Amino acid sequence: MLHGGLLRLPTDNRIPAQGACDWRGRFAVLAQQTKDERLKAYYAAGMPAGNTPLKNVPLMAMDVETTGLNPAKDGIVSVGILPMSIDRIQSSASRHWIVQPHVPLADESVTIHGITHSQVADAPELADILGDLLHAIAGHVLVVHCRAIERQFLNNALTRLIHEPIEIPMIDTMELEARLHRNQPPPSWWDRVVRKKQYRPVSIRLADSRKRYGLPFYKPHHALTDALATAELLQAQVAHRYSPETPLDDLWC
Amino acid sequence: MESEQLEVLDFLQRHLPFTALPEDTLHEVARAIDVRYFKADSSILTFGEPAHNWFIVRSGAVEIFRRDGTLYNRLTEGGHFGEAGLLQQRRQVRFPAHALEDTLLYVLPGEMFIDLFEQHEAFADLVEVEDHSRLRTVVSKSEQANELMSASVESLLVRGAVIADPTLSVSAAAARMTEEGVSSLLIIEADAPVGIITDRDIRTRAVAHSMALDKPVREIMTEQLVTVRHDHLAFEAMNIMMRNNVHHLPVLKHQQAIGVLSLSDIIRYESRNSLFVVGRIFHQQNVDDLAALTEEVQASFVRMVREDFSAKIIGSAMAAIGRSFKQRLLELGEAELGPPPIPYCFLALGSMARQEQLIVTDQDNAMILDNRFDPVRHDAYFAALAKFVSDGLARCGYPYCTGEVMATNPKWRQPLSVWQGYFKTWIESPTAASLLDSSIFFDLDGVHGRTEFAETLRVLIAKTAKGNSRFLASMARNALQRTPPIGFFKEFVVEPDGRHTRAINLKRRGTAPLTDLIRVHALAIGSRSRNSFDRVADIIKAGILPNGRGQDLHDALEFISMARARNHANEITSGQQADNSIEPDMLSDFERKSLRDAFLILGNAQKFLKFRYQPGRLN
Repeated sequence: MLHGGLLRLPTDNRIPAQGACDWRGRFAVLAQQTKDERLKAYYAAGMPAGNTPLKNVPLMAMDVETTGLNPAKDGIVSVGILPMSIDRIQSSASRHWIVQPHVPLADESVTIHGITHSQVADAPELADILGDLLHAIAGHVLVVHCRAIERQFLNNALTRLIHEPIEIPMIDTMELEARLHRNQPPPSWWDRVVRKKQYRPVSIRLADSRKRYGLPFYKPHHALTDALATAELLQAQVAHRYSPETPLDDLWC
Repeated sequence: MESEQLEVLDFLQRHLPFTALPEDTLHEVARAIDVRYFKADSSILTFGEPAHNWFIVRSGAVEIFRRDGTLYNRLTEGGHFGEAGLLQQRRQVRFPAHALEDTLLYVLPGEMFIDLFEQHEAFADLVEVEDHSRLRTVVSKSEQANELMSASVESLLVRGAVIADPTLSVSAAAARMTEEGVSSLLIIEADAPVGIITDRDIRTRAVAHSMALDKPVREIMTEQLVTVRHDHLAFEAMNIMMRNNVHHLPVLKHQQAIGVLSLSDIIRYESRNSLFVVGRIFHQQNVDDLAALTEEVQASFVRMVREDFSAKIIGSAMAAIGRSFKQRLLELGEAELGPPPIPYCFLALGSMARQEQLIVTDQDNAMILDNRFDPVRHDAYFAALAKFVSDGLARCGYPYCTGEVMATNPKWRQPLSVWQGYFKTWIESPTAASLLDSSIFFDLDGVHGRTEFAETLRVLIAKTAKGNSRFLASMARNALQRTPPIGFFKEFVVEPDGRHTRAINLKRRGTAPLTDLIRVHALAIGSRSRNSFDRVADIIKAGILPNGRGQDLHDALEFISMARARNHANEITSGQQADNSIEPDMLSDFERKSLRDAFLILGNAQKFLKFRYQPGRLN
């Protein structure tokens, strides 16, 4: 995924209004309203109730790689997903797709995610794999690092392909880190000038967050590797700060 | 559809048991792996739970315990656990595991692990822990190598070839040979050797014929080159020289001349032979000259280690050298002090008596005097002789024994009857304390004089120790005082209590406790062998150990002894003082693994010893 600049994006304000995380109820409504069969099936599979303890929640780590940072202009080039629970990351059941982004592949982005023009040329359309993808994630709560990316890019892609938006419940490992490290105000002018305190916010980027939990460095920007890295980070966060009994409501949004 | 996790594959490709797998199998493994995170100080496996998975430490650190709660091993990145439970019929966890640090584990389904284990022998060898076949493979490989007992031609070369053009004048060639200090010049034309000239050619073909010395060397060079390949053995090179009546052989490696082997190179190499060193010892006329041989002793030791001689051969060669120093010093001492007033026997004790000497060793010695010994009339002579030998040995590289186990100590310079009394007391009324200081005397060897005195004592020991359960129990208790470390963790040695230390003393924590416990078994069966490997053979024959454990002891002793010897050789070559302590980061992965196996064998053998020689138990 391409974090960095995106961390300052106004998050989620493009997403349709939601209830206070009553995803279960919301899905029931959306299953009625939606016209596309694939999306209808996705909503119809339902969502766990917000009070479900984490240990019983089917999770799916996901990462998308894109041609750039602007959800309005750029497109998705690859998607990696892997099912997990808080006990086990089923890396063995992971899936990965390369798709045609519908926008020219900029050379700079090739150097980041390593997916080449020729790979893209042979790749299927997102529309061709949409059914598979929605089927795979149905019934699972997605686990991502920086939900703005996955939400906005998927939403835009679906709007373009089937003229319907999509609403997806997610646990955002970056947001979980932000809760821990970003709720202290920066030092005051007095502290900065007189006491020489520097304002150095803790980095909540994926690699830096992983380091704090003793997780190894993984080469970033492969959708599958980033999904695995995110999955491991969530396990670490739950092990350190939550418990198997923590209700889903405390984490998702 | 399964997709490959590149990070997982990459990790497997870099770590030991997996590198033994074929590439396509490795991809299958990478696809089958799941992942799990454990917070520091959380439990991973508990004893007796069903064993479903095999675990590989991706990051962090894991502690493995025995059932009784004692630490069994400490693992870090690349370590693996869970195999013991999976390989057992009941498929239950045998060794509980605990996360010491925040830990990420790669999890392989048990069924897949068992398939890998059964189908890939090299993988199985690397994984297997409880079965010691791994150490056996290592040791037998090096034991086979010893049979060649020879060095390659390349290893004898002291320098690259000194070369010249065929147009160089004879006088310039002679000047270059003098300047380079060589006895031959290799003549090269268009990058290929076309001839050779030697000292003798200049003498016989040029000077003796009054040839003008400004003529080119082409006119006197030998064009029919007799060469030898770099990977031939020294004795083959000697054969070639003899058959062709030449003293210089250009050495070829991939058709390129990499040097010239001369007869004197072979002689220099042979002079580092331990037999040659022994011969030299007996030719020295005074202590100063003997002391000057120290370097040759070291060189011959390093040579034996480099050529992969077995621990037994190195140990007996070094003991032969030590014994020769003693014998020659006694001859010189008797020449100076006059002939002994009564017969005596000079004893070597400890590692020299066991023929397990390495380069760093104290002098442990004693004297048995004839029973006619009268202290007033005789002791001044023997005290002087003992001092002469002891001081001489100290100058030849054998430091004084800090425990005063030397013939200079009146207590250890006694008539045979007193020695018989010592052993009777030690064996028949043993206390752990009295035996602690005296166990060294149970390895004794007569090196000079009336060696039958020593034999008398050995027969006494063999007869009275066997079946004396109180004595054996006391000896066993002492043999358990020094314990092996558990293994290695990062750059540290892990002690049984979980502490870390920076270095490990391979003698105190390895070979010494091993020879101690072998000695107890040997005494129990009345073995009269002195060497630990011979004792192990006697013990195996006597059938007192569970099947295979005797061979394990042999392999463990061989491997730890060789690790000690390699360490000494490295220290000598790099100009350091050789000692027995080694730091884990000086070991290769492979050595660490094998050493750990050897320590495990020692630890288990100590447990068996404790159980077998309980006081009052009938053996």
